[in-house]
Amino acid sequence: MVDEFGEFYQRNRDVQPPAFTPGYKTSALRSPRIPLWSLQNSLSEVTGPMFRPDELGPLDHDLIKNYAHDGDPVGERTIIHGQVLDENARPQAGVLVEIWQANAGGRYRHVNDRYFAPIDPNFGGCGRTITDAEGRYAFRTVKPGAYPFRNHINSWRPAHVHVSIFGSGFAQRLITQMYFEGDPLIRHDSIAQTIPDPAAIERLVAKLDLNASIPLDSLAYRFDIVLRGRRSTLFENKLQGN
Amino acid sequence: MKHSINPLEETPSQTAGPYVHIGLIPQQAGFEIFKNNFSNNLLAADTKGERITIEGFVFDGTGAPVRDLMLEIWQANAAGRYNHPADRQHGKALEPGFRGWGRTGTDFSSGLYTFETIKPGSVNGRSGTKPMAPHVSLWMVSRGINIGLSTRMYFDDETDANAADPVLNLIEHPARRKTLLGHRSTRDGKIVYRFDIHLQGAHETVFFDV
Ligand SMILES: [Fe+3]
Repeated sequence: MVDEFGEFYQRNRDVQPPAFTPGYKTSALRSPRIPLWSLQNSLSEVTGPMFRPDELGPLDHDLIKNYAHDGDPVGERTIIHGQVLDENARPQAGVLVEIWQANAGGRYRHVNDRYFAPIDPNFGGCGRTITDAEGRYAFRTVKPGAYPFRNHINSWRPAHVHVSIFGSGFAQRLITQMYFEGDPLIRHDSIAQTIPDPAAIERLVAKLDLNASIPLDSLAYRFDIVLRGRRSTLFENKLQGN
Repeated sequence: MKHSINPLEETPSQTAGPYVHIGLIPQQAGFEIFKNNFSNNLLAADTKGERITIEGFVFDGTGAPVRDLMLEIWQANAAGRYNHPADRQHGKALEPGFRGWGRTGTDFSSGLYTFETIKPGSVNGRSGTKPMAPHVSLWMVSRGINIGLSTRMYFDDETDANAADPVLNLIEHPARRKTLLGHRSTRDGKIVYRFDIHLQGAHETVFFDV
């Protein structure tokens, strides 16, 4: 029989950043030095938390409105949308996608962010949604600003949106960052450049999507997300004991 | 460079950064935005099983606690059943009110993390292996962590089950198996398991490529 909850394909570490990347200094003391122990998937890895749309509020995906107090936030009105697929190109329906970002000035609403760009009173900077039956998701927000950080003394983050994704199993858990097409800071960014493969970095760059833009209202960018694929186990499922 | 045989390649990971709290635990970032917040408390009033606290520190390579890290746990219920359709174990009842998942941040000043949950039951291992000893899966991200780290916590009072556990037994060096043990104690009448995680150094925790 074909099992829709088979084991996950081995993660292709060649397209992932290694733990220790000296160019991004904080990784030096936070990276395991002993190789990861390879674990064949058990039920603990092929299962994972599920979330229901009714757990979210109606504005949770709308960063223009979900923290608006006396008006809309400042910044370029932007739609970020895409499809969550797995490595087999199967749409991932019903998965939780969460995002967070700085405001248009490059400042986070976070007690530890001391950058002197102002807090926007109408912008929280986070949102979440659940993919539809085709694996599609969409957020409305304002484009985040670039901001400096203490890595080298003149290190700047390109405009980016942090993205957290659950799949259908805990071994698919992924957090990444989405960049914007044409940003000259990406090639100077010590965090984007932790990924050794330039083609893999390029897959984090959302493309301008004029057809999804709303005329006279918002620009759109498209960002598709790929999670690890599952095996379709034929005849015998060696995964589960009995 | 390994060429993939898959139609698509997995999206590359990036660090969750220092402001991960904004997106995933906004109350810790210092503001209220969502009505329904995910939390470190997995319990409902009617959750079956022994109530426990899991707490500890995550240490960096200098031995300092990491104070901006986000952790998630995933576990079976007290009967040893996951709340997920892939779990088709016989004779282990599903509890719809127990998702078995929670998230929290390490404390900005002390670095301590805490989960309120129940001790999970034993889950079947892969075909042809012994049942797995009770355990919780953990996944962590932070500034300086380029790709989320996976580990497991086992329970130090499950001596016999741990000795037969098919995953613990795969780990070549017995001393390293001990990095996966949570240590039981009682405090103010509550059961607490202390589970410290070492990102690197002499006591580096076993992290899994799952
Ligand atoms: Fe950021």
